[in-house]
Amino acid sequence: MGNQSTDRVAVLAAHDISKEVSSPEGSLTILADVSFSITAGESVAVVGPSGAGKSTLLALLAGLDVPTRGHVELNGANLSELDEDGRAHLRAESVGFVFQSFHLVPSLNALENVMLPLELAGGGDARSASLDIIDKVGLSDRWRHYPAQLSGGEKQRVAIARAFATEPAVLFADEPTGNLDSRTGSNIMELMFELNYSSSTTLVLVTHDHSLAERCERVLSLDIGRLVSDSKGPA
Amino acid sequence: MKAIAFALRSFGRELRSGEVLVLLAAIALAVAALTAVGFLTDRIGKAVARQANEVLAADLRLRSPEPIPDDWREKAAEFGLQVAETNTFPSVVFAGDLSALATIKAVSETYPLRGNVRVSDTLFGEQRVVDGIPRRGEIWADGALLARVDADVGDKLTVGESNLLVTAVLTYRPDQSMGFASLAPSLLMNIDDIPASGLISEGSRVGYGLLVAGDDTVVDAFNEAIQENLTASVRTSNREESSDRANNAADRAQRFLSLTAVISLLLSAVAVAMSARRFAHRRMDTVALMKSLGATQRFVISVAVVQLMLLGLAGVIAGSGIGYAAQKILSWILADLIAGDLPGVGPMPVFLASGSALVLLIGFALPSLIQLRNTPPLRVLRHDAMPPAPSRVLVAGLSLAAVAALLYRAVGDAKMLVILLGGIVIIAAALYFVGRILVASMGHFRSGVGVAWRYGLANVARRGRDSAVQVVAFGLGLTVLLLLTIVRTDLLQGWRQTLAADAPNHFMINIQPHELDSVANIYAAEGIDVPEFVPLIRARMSTINDVSVKEREYPTPDGQWMANREANLSFAATLSSSNELIEGEWWPQDYAGPPLVSVEEGAAVETGLALGDRMRFMVAGQEIEVTIASIRKVNWDSFKPNFFMVFSPGALDGMPTTYIASLRLEKEQQPVLVKLVRAHPSISVIDLDSILQQVRGIIEKASVAVQAVFVFTLAAGIAVLFAAVQSTIDERRFESAMLRALGARKRTVFAGVMAEFAALGIAAGVLASAGASILAWIVAVRLFDLPYEFNPLLWMVGLVAGVTVVCASGLVAARGAINAPPVEVLRAA
Repeated sequence: MGNQSTDRVAVLAAHDISKEVSSPEGSLTILADVSFSITAGESVAVVGPSGAGKSTLLALLAGLDVPTRGHVELNGANLSELDEDGRAHLRAESVGFVFQSFHLVPSLNALENVMLPLELAGGGDARSASLDIIDKVGLSDRWRHYPAQLSGGEKQRVAIARAFATEPAVLFADEPTGNLDSRTGSNIMELMFELNYSSSTTLVLVTHDHSLAERCERVLSLDIGRLVSDSKGPA
Repeated sequence: MKAIAFALRSFGRELRSGEVLVLLAAIALAVAALTAVGFLTDRIGKAVARQANEVLAADLRLRSPEPIPDDWREKAAEFGLQVAETNTFPSVVFAGDLSALATIKAVSETYPLRGNVRVSDTLFGEQRVVDGIPRRGEIWADGALLARVDADVGDKLTVGESNLLVTAVLTYRPDQSMGFASLAPSLLMNIDDIPASGLISEGSRVGYGLLVAGDDTVVDAFNEAIQENLTASVRTSNREESSDRANNAADRAQRFLSLTAVISLLLSAVAVAMSARRFAHRRMDTVALMKSLGATQRFVISVAVVQLMLLGLAGVIAGSGIGYAAQKILSWILADLIAGDLPGVGPMPVFLASGSALVLLIGFALPSLIQLRNTPPLRVLRHDAMPPAPSRVLVAGLSLAAVAALLYRAVGDAKMLVILLGGIVIIAAALYFVGRILVASMGHFRSGVGVAWRYGLANVARRGRDSAVQVVAFGLGLTVLLLLTIVRTDLLQGWRQTLAADAPNHFMINIQPHELDSVANIYAAEGIDVPEFVPLIRARMSTINDVSVKEREYPTPDGQWMANREANLSFAATLSSSNELIEGEWWPQDYAGPPLVSVEEGAAVETGLALGDRMRFMVAGQEIEVTIASIRKVNWDSFKPNFFMVFSPGALDGMPTTYIASLRLEKEQQPVLVKLVRAHPSISVIDLDSILQQVRGIIEKASVAVQAVFVFTLAAGIAVLFAAVQSTIDERRFESAMLRALGARKRTVFAGVMAEFAALGIAAGVLASAGASILAWIVAVRLFDLPYEFNPLLWMVGLVAGVTVVCASGLVAARGAINAPPVEVLRAA
């Protein structure tokens, strides 16, 4: 997608990325020559059937893994040129995550979980910033609770608070409603879009759910490791 | 800093997870075993060191079996040195009808020249330092001696022909035997009371001592000046060599106990390694998450290291507390085996144990943590993404280095360390092999048992490696506990059973020739068979085949010592019934030719003597040359008077001779001894029964103490089991939930898990019973030359103990898995 308008800057770009893994039957291609770029503030859904390579693409875009060929540019940095700690540094500065299974640290309470990325990035007053955002996700009276004491929806709210705490340039969400009932799920998505809008974060959302995907500005469809369509949504 | 803050923040909750508790317990156990032994040996060591400087009660001591000539004392005075005299000998003391063997120490006014005597005014009372010695007519007696004759301060004791008043309890004298108390407790008396007591007469076994003290250089000069005039029987000892010996003895005890503690330490290491593996595994998700949120490898590893150090610190604190309490118990068990009081504990053992805990963590927990550092952040998306396994070389290298470091402290010698390390590797491999075989053979019973047992046995087999480790860990602890029980009971009993029922139980020594008739009459009057009186002549060997005994080379150090010490000679016309001739010929009954000697087999071997060899002996200033005519085997267990050297009749005529005899006295006959000793105060009667009882008491207490140390080993075995169960707890939860979902009753699941632990317990019990039997056999047959009977009870005890301990700890460890409701687990999976 080369023709970006000049006033909008590409915050995330995939340049011909491929991912191959070795398997008993030889080399297996999970992702083949995928290219696109996403501009700041955009909300993009990645859809496709199981095994299409959605999670792999997400891992490569976020620098959790490196492509076999091609490279990813995140916030102006070529991820392939960074070592693991370098990528970690970049994530701490400009990336937030929301996972399907929440991934909260069980030994920390809600507040401490939200503070974690702020502290890793070495920001200022992690505590009051975290309390603010916890308030925004509607858990101001539950911040002392540990993950085991929270419901699924509450856990995901904490995870969303954690993801937005650092005001990341890009927020990656991997099936954020996959482990929630539909009602809680739609509440959670409501919250996520709201925060995304108000903080003008770029959102990359991996999902099965087409109704969810349609709420994004843009939908990337993957099938068997290839990008099969790139369409603007209704927004 | 961030890492430390984060580590501290989440530590409290981490503590609640099972594997962290096991890790903590394993460290605490290792520290407890080390500090318990460390505190105790530290106290004994300090007592020894404190005593080492005053062990002679002088700067120089001269000792001789003959009275020390007056001119030596004068010479010492000429040098301007302080002198004191001592007489030391065994004697029986009486209080009413009760009697006990005592070490009598008669001292002159200036004793001790170095160090202080301490006494208390009542038994177990507060002790105080005293200046001076008992006044004439008074004595200070050891508490143990007073206890044996049921006397107290203020009572009178009969010592020889005198009745002397006990005015204090003797708690410490500088020259008492080191570390462990001697069989005969001491009694301190005034040397001026000796003549009236009739305790010393010609030929009595007395150690005459001359103590000298003064300026170092003057003492050295005096020592040099007297060296050339010393007769062979005089021994001089100075401070350095005496304290060296004392320190060596303390050192050996310390090393032995430290080694016992190291076994617990090594088992704890296994538990540490297992729980650290799980500690790391459980943290992988969190680590992956933190990395995805931007945490660096350094941050990740710092958090884990800080938490591990906190655990180590908690383990050291808890372990030191347990160790301190255990040490209290140990020193209480050993109370009357250790002479004198012990100084308080110092902080050193805690530092050393902390160091060991650190080494333990670095050697056995670090590899897992290093692996943790490489956890791929991708794991947040793909749960099967694992860090590469730590390199085997790194794991083996670190743990071997750690074991070497820990052992080195216990053995303190590079060569021993290599031997021990080799031994440990071989024994561990052999035990592991046996464990695998036991585990594998369990599998054969699977087809013939019910569903619960089949499930349990299948689990044992499936976790083959971990099962074998658990079997060995438990087996090892049980083996030693069983072995010590056998040593304590079976072996002593076995030895007593080998003794003839009518074996003598009393020895009389120091009988003068003119007393023989009177002694015989005393027994005859009571209707007791008069024992055979055997002559004893004290001599010193000077040459063997014309080579001085000092210059000769000997096959063994014992042989050298035997040739150089004072020898007890006897003579006989006929071969004693407790002897058997194995080489040469016994002389005819009316032999009157040149002096011949018959040598005991062991003495001949150790000293390197053979038939036809010529020896010269110095007896009361006269030299006698004898030729070896025969070699004898002696049955020492007969408790009859026997000698290494028995001369032909006539060879020792006219030499100063005393007689000894042994006889059996039943309980009701024993009052005759009171008559005997009152009539003949210089005769010493030694009650073998009570000595055997004391020996048994000592062995009993020492083995209880060692067993106490091995309880830590068993506890470490339990820690290994907990660690193993913890590492499979998720698996177990899921399985029992699935079984119950498939319709198994809770009881069936419970029975299956119990069957698994019972199988492990049986295997551990078999290993321990077999191990203990084999070791006991070696101890009995090889070490003590006793017949050994395999004791079926041992196997019963071993199996029951194995099954009970493993099932009980397994139940506690796995209860969460058994009780997990199926719904919850299936939801979580």
